[in-house]
Amino acid sequence: MKEIRITVNGKPYELSVRPHATLLEVIREDLGLTGTKEGCGVGECGACTVIMNGKSVNACLVLAPEADGKEITTIEGLADGDKLDPIQQAFYEIGGLQCGFCTPGMIMSTKALLADKPEPTDQEIRKGLEGNFCRCTGYTKIFESVREASRKSRG
Amino acid sequence: MDYAVIGQRVPRVDAREKVTGAAKYAADYSLPDMLWCKVLRSPIVHAKILNIDTSKAERLPGVRAVITAKDFGGWTWGFMATTRDEPPLAMGKVRYLHEAVAGVAAIDEEIAEEATELIKVDYEELPGVFDPEEAMKIGAPVIHDYRPNNVSVEYHWNYGDVEKAFAESYIVREDRFKTGRVTKGYLEPPASLAYYDPSGSITVWPAKQSPYFHYRHLAACFRLPLSKVRVVQPFIGGGFGGTKNDSVAGDFCAVMASKKTGKPVKFVYSQEEELSTSKRRHSMITYSKMGATKDGLLTAVQAKVIAEGGAYTAIGPLSMYLAGSSIPIPYKLENFKYDGYRVFTNNPVCAAMRGHGITHTRFAHDLQMEMIAEELGIDFIEMRLRNAIDNPKPGTVYRTVNDVTLKTCGMKEALTAIKKDPIWAQREHTPKKVGSTSFGVGISGTAYSGGARQLGHQACGAVIRLCEDGTVNLLTGATDCGQGSDTVLCMIAAEELGVKLDDVVIKRVDTAYTPCDPGSYGSRVTLLAGQATQIAAAEVKKQLLEAAAKTWSIKPEDIQIRNSVVSLKSNPDKTMTFENLAKLACYSGSGAVILGKGYSSYGLEPLDFKTGSGNSGTSYSFTAQATRLGVDLETGHTTVTDFLIAHDCGRPLNPIGAETQNEGGAVQGLGQAIYEEFVMERGETQNPTFLDYKMPRSTDVPDIRIIDIITDDPDGPYGAKEASEGSHVSAPPSVISAIHDATGIWFTEQPVTPEKIVKALKDAGKWMK
Repeated sequence: MKEIRITVNGKPYELSVRPHATLLEVIREDLGLTGTKEGCGVGECGACTVIMNGKSVNACLVLAPEADGKEITTIEGLADGDKLDPIQQAFYEIGGLQCGFCTPGMIMSTKALLADKPEPTDQEIRKGLEGNFCRCTGYTKIFESVREASRKSRG
Repeated sequence: MDYAVIGQRVPRVDAREKVTGAAKYAADYSLPDMLWCKVLRSPIVHAKILNIDTSKAERLPGVRAVITAKDFGGWTWGFMATTRDEPPLAMGKVRYLHEAVAGVAAIDEEIAEEATELIKVDYEELPGVFDPEEAMKIGAPVIHDYRPNNVSVEYHWNYGDVEKAFAESYIVREDRFKTGRVTKGYLEPPASLAYYDPSGSITVWPAKQSPYFHYRHLAACFRLPLSKVRVVQPFIGGGFGGTKNDSVAGDFCAVMASKKTGKPVKFVYSQEEELSTSKRRHSMITYSKMGATKDGLLTAVQAKVIAEGGAYTAIGPLSMYLAGSSIPIPYKLENFKYDGYRVFTNNPVCAAMRGHGITHTRFAHDLQMEMIAEELGIDFIEMRLRNAIDNPKPGTVYRTVNDVTLKTCGMKEALTAIKKDPIWAQREHTPKKVGSTSFGVGISGTAYSGGARQLGHQACGAVIRLCEDGTVNLLTGATDCGQGSDTVLCMIAAEELGVKLDDVVIKRVDTAYTPCDPGSYGSRVTLLAGQATQIAAAEVKKQLLEAAAKTWSIKPEDIQIRNSVVSLKSNPDKTMTFENLAKLACYSGSGAVILGKGYSSYGLEPLDFKTGSGNSGTSYSFTAQATRLGVDLETGHTTVTDFLIAHDCGRPLNPIGAETQNEGGAVQGLGQAIYEEFVMERGETQNPTFLDYKMPRSTDVPDIRIIDIITDDPDGPYGAKEASEGSHVSAPPSVISAIHDATGIWFTEQPVTPEKIVKALKDAGKWMK
């Protein structure tokens, strides 16, 4: 077992993890934060996207010991109490979701995209979400949600 | 029609839970002391099982149960009583690669996995057969003894006189079309948490889009009364037919392991397990002969369809029914002959998927009409307009030769809408060629059935409970697997009762409490659960109006309720709040319990599997779709820039939901048209990953516009028909029509990959290098 210290959604944790455990397993099983989803487990679908030290990562591809000392934000860390993050609010209003299984990862990728490019072009939105697979929506309303989130975030 | 809620753009009722990560799916559930279940799969494609030795696995510390076929006592399941050929675990024989052979439950996932590797199975390998046309030949390896010719389903239907019609036709074409080996591609793999409790009842939290199938399977498999099987529905991460309508080996093993150990047992398939073993769409070869007059009017169609069925029958009888029965819509056709064969092979099982059955023959016939139009020099939209079924006048019915009945048909209106749009009208004025890219615009005009009916229990039910504070609980047996049905059902309840949408709370399926329901397939939920909800709400409203009438000493019909305000029709200033009325009604006299119930009544006409006559659906949707795309004449790469979809769903009740269904369906159809196909090598899926089985990503999809064609069907709540599958059927022929426009080449096999395009360009002397 390996001892790690991570901060998740602003809360510090000291954990004893198997050396080959993934960050995804730690988030879902040790911390019980099941909002982060596992779609493929091999970094091909983006459902497990979280933000680690400001960058979006596939949590299934990060070994837990690699996350030692890092700050992580999951989907549960976006809303401020009952107040949704502007990105969540935009997906909610525009309807950029159907089954919802890709949604947490899609929203976390959008968070990273907008942090980097507050006013992304349509092409930048598509490129920014390329790693997040959605089978339900055909992406149209996801793109609209990101544009709306960009407007909301800028006030 | 002045609706308060219907037709409004409202957020999904489950959107908040989904955007915050609070929505729990099957894999998110756990119970104290829970075991993990893993499935052992066959490394051989086709073999007799001589012996299974589980002793080593059982001795591994941490292992609590090992399950094999003998635990299930020979139980099998299937769509019809005569086709129950599928066991929970392989029984005596394996028929496809990675078929489940045994299950292990252990204290953690890794020990369970390790234990599966300690199970020793002795196989006697048998020759395999992988191509349906090879499997039909005399002397081919036999996959099931009860079907010695490997034909699992066979239909021969004949309407009118095709021979006479072909003889009298100006033009007759014969072509071969093929749809690919594709899959649903949902993001959430199969999973369940199962508990067989000490009282002898089963409770499961499974990823099922049609939980009542699973409920019946578990009761039959474990020989329990249905009253002791409780399926509690988590959120569902996509369905699209097939696997999540059905049960998988993991489901049965988890329940059996729980029965043996007395502990809750959970399984979650890996995505690779899903992609290499779960039910996928049939690949169908259609040999089609089509005749027409000099003016392009269709005279006859003869279709011989050979479907690859994989190793078991599953829902194949219905797949083959739909492929044939839909031939005479949406174009008038007096003569058609259908010979359908579904053939066993040693490949994974094929079953239902969005666009079920219909997508195969509609693709073939939509393209073949264009081929004829091209030969006759007729514009492709004009060809379709000449043949399309007219919208029946209100109160009348259009009846096809095989007794499919339409009360509304927006096909001509949809085609006309596309014809007028610049994407089609201005297509000659947009650049045809930029660099090595040749642009093309394609069209399709297709139909789909909604409000599906098959055999046995077909009605949806709904129960509405009024709470004394004026809020409402809606219980149905319907499942929202992403399509948005929970939202539309709440909208219907709110509209009928006159309350605000926020005051209606829907509960997901719990078979202990919700009314029995067939499932979320065949575009049936809005129609049938929607009607049930309307009826249940009307029953509640009647009780409320009677209470209000008593209080105000007037007649119930003089009172209206809208936006949670109860008022007099003749004097809208005389009001009380809905909450007050609810209290009055609940507390009057000794107190009352206000409940309403309803079940759907649409679609009671029979259908006949022997002759192909009758309705597979309650009503039919019609879709015209234009596609604009560019084909790189050097690389064969296709870039789709625009979809314009004119869809007749009767009336969109929840516009956001209907649009998203159209968008998502079309993009899934795009995948099927140009990207998706399982590459099979002697029964082995070569590309069981999201990386290698290419599905559309955000960078691949076109800009999509939707045009609603309103036809207000009498057999649907507020005029609604289906909106889930029409655009999935319209997309492949539209895309492939556009590729033809860009290249001048007809492609008749899906998917039209860059390799196929380059090869065809080379053959035609058009390859740019």
